[in-house]
Amino acid sequence: MTTHATHAAHGEAGGHVRQLVTVRIGGQLFGLSIDAVNEVFSPEGVTRVPLAAPEIDGVLNLRGRIVTMIDMREMLKLRSEQPAVMAVGIESVGDAFGLMIDDVGDVLILDDAERDPNPSNLDPHWARFVDGVYRLPSELLLLLDVERVLAGVGHGA
Amino acid sequence: MDDLLREFLTETSESLDVVDVELVKLETDPNNRDILNSVFRLVHTIKGTCGFIGLVRLAGLAHAAETLMDEFRNGRPVQPHAVGLILRTIDRIKEILSAIERNDGAEPEGSDADLVALLEAEAARGEAPAAPVPSPAAAPAESAGKSGRGKPAGPKAVAAKPEPAMPAAVVEAVPGVAPEADAEVSLDELERLFRETPVETPPPAAAKAPAAPPAPAAASAARRGEAAPATEAGGVAAQTIRVNVTTLEKLMNMVSELVLTRNQLMEISRRTEDSEYKVSLQRLSNVTGELQDIVMRTRMQPIGNAWQKLPRIVRDLAQELGKHIELEQHGAETELDRQLLDQIKDPLTHMVRNSADHGLETPGARRLAGKSERGVIRLSAYHEGGHVIIEVADDGRGLDLARIRAKAIENGLCTEADAARMSEGQLYRFIFHAGFSTAAAVTSVSGRGVGMDVVRCNIEAIGGTVDVRSKAGQGTTFVIKIPLTLAIVPALIVQAAGERFALPQSVVLELVHVRPGSEHSVRRVNGRPVLCLRKQLLPIVELGAALSLRPADVAAPAEAGENALIAVMQVGSLQFGVVVDSVSHTEEIVVKPLAAMLRHVAMVSGSTILGDGRVIMIVDPNSLAQLAAADAEKAGAGDGGQASQASRGEEKTSLLLLRAGPQGLKAVPLALVTRLEELPAEDVEELDGRPVVQYRGALIPIVYANERVTRRDSGRQPLLIFSDGPRTMGLVVDEIVDIVETELQLQLASGASEIVGGAIINGVATEILDVGHFMSDAFGNWFEVSNPNEAERRRLLLVDDNAFYRSMIEPLLKGNGYAVTSCRSGGEALELLGRDEAFAAVVSSVGSGETPPGEIDGFGLAEAIRGELGRRDLPIIALASVSEPELIARGRTAGFTDYVSKFDRTGLIAALNEFTRHDRQEAA
Repeated sequence: MTTHATHAAHGEAGGHVRQLVTVRIGGQLFGLSIDAVNEVFSPEGVTRVPLAAPEIDGVLNLRGRIVTMIDMREMLKLRSEQPAVMAVGIESVGDAFGLMIDDVGDVLILDDAERDPNPSNLDPHWARFVDGVYRLPSELLLLLDVERVLAGVGHGA
Repeated sequence: MDDLLREFLTETSESLDVVDVELVKLETDPNNRDILNSVFRLVHTIKGTCGFIGLVRLAGLAHAAETLMDEFRNGRPVQPHAVGLILRTIDRIKEILSAIERNDGAEPEGSDADLVALLEAEAARGEAPAAPVPSPAAAPAESAGKSGRGKPAGPKAVAAKPEPAMPAAVVEAVPGVAPEADAEVSLDELERLFRETPVETPPPAAAKAPAAPPAPAAASAARRGEAAPATEAGGVAAQTIRVNVTTLEKLMNMVSELVLTRNQLMEISRRTEDSEYKVSLQRLSNVTGELQDIVMRTRMQPIGNAWQKLPRIVRDLAQELGKHIELEQHGAETELDRQLLDQIKDPLTHMVRNSADHGLETPGARRLAGKSERGVIRLSAYHEGGHVIIEVADDGRGLDLARIRAKAIENGLCTEADAARMSEGQLYRFIFHAGFSTAAAVTSVSGRGVGMDVVRCNIEAIGGTVDVRSKAGQGTTFVIKIPLTLAIVPALIVQAAGERFALPQSVVLELVHVRPGSEHSVRRVNGRPVLCLRKQLLPIVELGAALSLRPADVAAPAEAGENALIAVMQVGSLQFGVVVDSVSHTEEIVVKPLAAMLRHVAMVSGSTILGDGRVIMIVDPNSLAQLAAADAEKAGAGDGGQASQASRGEEKTSLLLLRAGPQGLKAVPLALVTRLEELPAEDVEELDGRPVVQYRGALIPIVYANERVTRRDSGRQPLLIFSDGPRTMGLVVDEIVDIVETELQLQLASGASEIVGGAIINGVATEILDVGHFMSDAFGNWFEVSNPNEAERRRLLLVDDNAFYRSMIEPLLKGNGYAVTSCRSGGEALELLGRDEAFAAVVSSVGSGETPPGEIDGFGLAEAIRGELGRRDLPIIALASVSEPELIARGRTAGFTDYVSKFDRTGLIAALNEFTRHDRQEAA
């Protein structure tokens, strides 16, 4: 479903409006397509998965479902002192995932026409998952492609 | 329309499976009107549905088949070729259906004119022969009386003629209905339409209208009285509904969640004294338990579902192979998790095909063997202690032991000598080896040598086992044992490195608590910890370290040998210990698969949610076993110096595993054992203060493997017979354990003289007995007489890259009065020979394994001795593990003086004596 949504958005660039859930990871503001986000929750009782990729924080039980938690700071090679206290629940190919983030902000409605392509000097780690930049009045918002994030797990730099 | 079509596809393919089964039954029991009617109904329904959805090809085919079927219903005798034709039609329908599924709803291009024509011709043909033969007339009359339908013979002829025109009629009639139905159709409406379609089709045959239209409904209604089974089957079908699997999975998840919540509530109520809601809570608890039970049962399906396609397969095979085969099914209602059911289908099909092709003989051969011409394949299933046992048995010729043996030797799976010693069961099991087929001819059915190994792999993949029993002339039985379900498994919850893990209970043999002074202890073999458990030495792995939660070099308590909890596990034939920090309890866990990106992670096979809501990992026993096996190897080769280097080109050796005395396993190379006998205790006599026994008309000395071997007063005790030339002796042991084929990695260090050294065999530390020692023990005087003084000993150079053989041959040569210097490579030998010329002879192995590049093999060594060193007179004896003419010829060319088999000790000594005599005379 999520892939369809993003592809559709790519198809018609101009005039298309996106609803983005904004999240903060290691100080940076990112946006996720609202279609991709199932819920926001605070992760509790995460169990480590031995021998798994470092980006995988562990798994937890969310109402009877096993949710695989992905450490977004690790994915983006960001460092932060406080432990991640929030997670964005997403679903892909039948599996449930939680992206561990620092904080969740508002839902923004942004015009696709205002989206700029990735700057050429964007950190290659980030460029793998970022699908363009919005210039908000106060700061930059990077559009995060959830499917590419999931595909990138376990293939760290 | 999508959903409707999907529903249609599922339903139709299920109906078709039933048709298959029914048709095969009909063929064997042509007069059974119930079967005929039920087949007819099914075909008819398919026709109706196809027409409705607008699948022209399908409708045409189904209609033509129906026409022919109707002929049967009207009393025409059922002939095998006609049934075959209908089966072919069914196959075509299946092909089209799967194409529709692939093409997203579109019927594939193509024409079925060929089949339709055949079907029509067959249906039309019925008219002519029907009349002259009296029986068809009698049969309908009889059935007519039963079913209450009038004049079956009359309308039949009429029915046959106009109907070939029907496909068009159906197709035309349907679009008339379809347009309105296209958008939205309620189920009721659909059902009504289906019911009505048959009524619409017959009009062209106006004359027979009163008789034919009510056929499906009225006929069955009329016969409800005596046709109880048919009606009942229909009744059961009506009581089931189709539920999407994901719905079931969701239901299962919700129930697990409910159970968790219940557990939490119970926990709270235990802490509070307030008894007001305890009763309600108890009730909630019970209901939850029952609910969980029922939901779990929804995953179970009768194994008969996996057998459904088999009757048809057997029928087709029987025709193709010209055999008469009956397929018996027992215990089809035995329930099994649906996931397992899917995975067992293919192996079962393969085994049944195998039985039909290889197992059962041709009718002629069966007659000659005094059996009934009809061969029976018997499928049975039953529950046994948390497992489902499925047996596929045939009453055919049985496995050909001689052929298996020959094939095993030909394929290099064992040597002739090994094969001669193996039990029938061991030999039969060779059929599960890859590329092993005993079929003399490759048929289209089987005999290509792929199959049974795949069957075994598939079954083992789901945690099952497969075994085979056979009796010549009486048949073969395959026994498959699989767990009931993979979704719910009993597990042992343990703790390691501060986290909890689940170990599948099915592989846990026992829990051992090792304490200082306890019966069991942890010792070190080559610096690696092993668990001494009763008479076994088991490799152990530390769970925390295996999961990389604790650095491997930080010694867990167990490694220090004190106060450790060890779960003894068995995977395949490997037993090993897993050190855990604590064990909490056992629990039936619901296995939850991990996300796709975590499935390749080693050591964990899934996860589960515990009562407190925490997710824990299920440890994969197979990965642990691999780790333990690797560890065991390290323990065996760790600081064995030369021994570990020698392992490079090592061949497999057959070893006889045995117990002698209370400690551990011992082994003897099988090639050295002449026979295995049972020694009756009362037969032991004494001669000159030494125990002897009469064996084949001679007195032979017997030796106990060590002081701790039981000296029985009564009963029998295993006796190994060794022969060396004229000398024969018996070695008394406690128990013969097994015969294994393994790569030997010998640790040479050994304190006791009767032990060559230790080796890890199947992960167990095993002592290799020195047969030469026992020989000299038994024939002590003998040796002393023949042994020359130390000074007179002739020096031999022994070259073998295999530490094991070196250590076997060395004592033998020493026992025969030679001073032996051994080395492991040709290079070393040349160096020694270059420095020291006092060797009386060189004994070198040839053709054993691969020689690493840059090293000199036996042949090279001989050439170098004759060439570079110019030692033309030095006797060089080749020791070969195989005696092939080319190798012997090559040995002669290279300059070997003689060529002796590795285990022909008499031959070796004789050769040495012969070639060094000249030398000795000179010295004297």
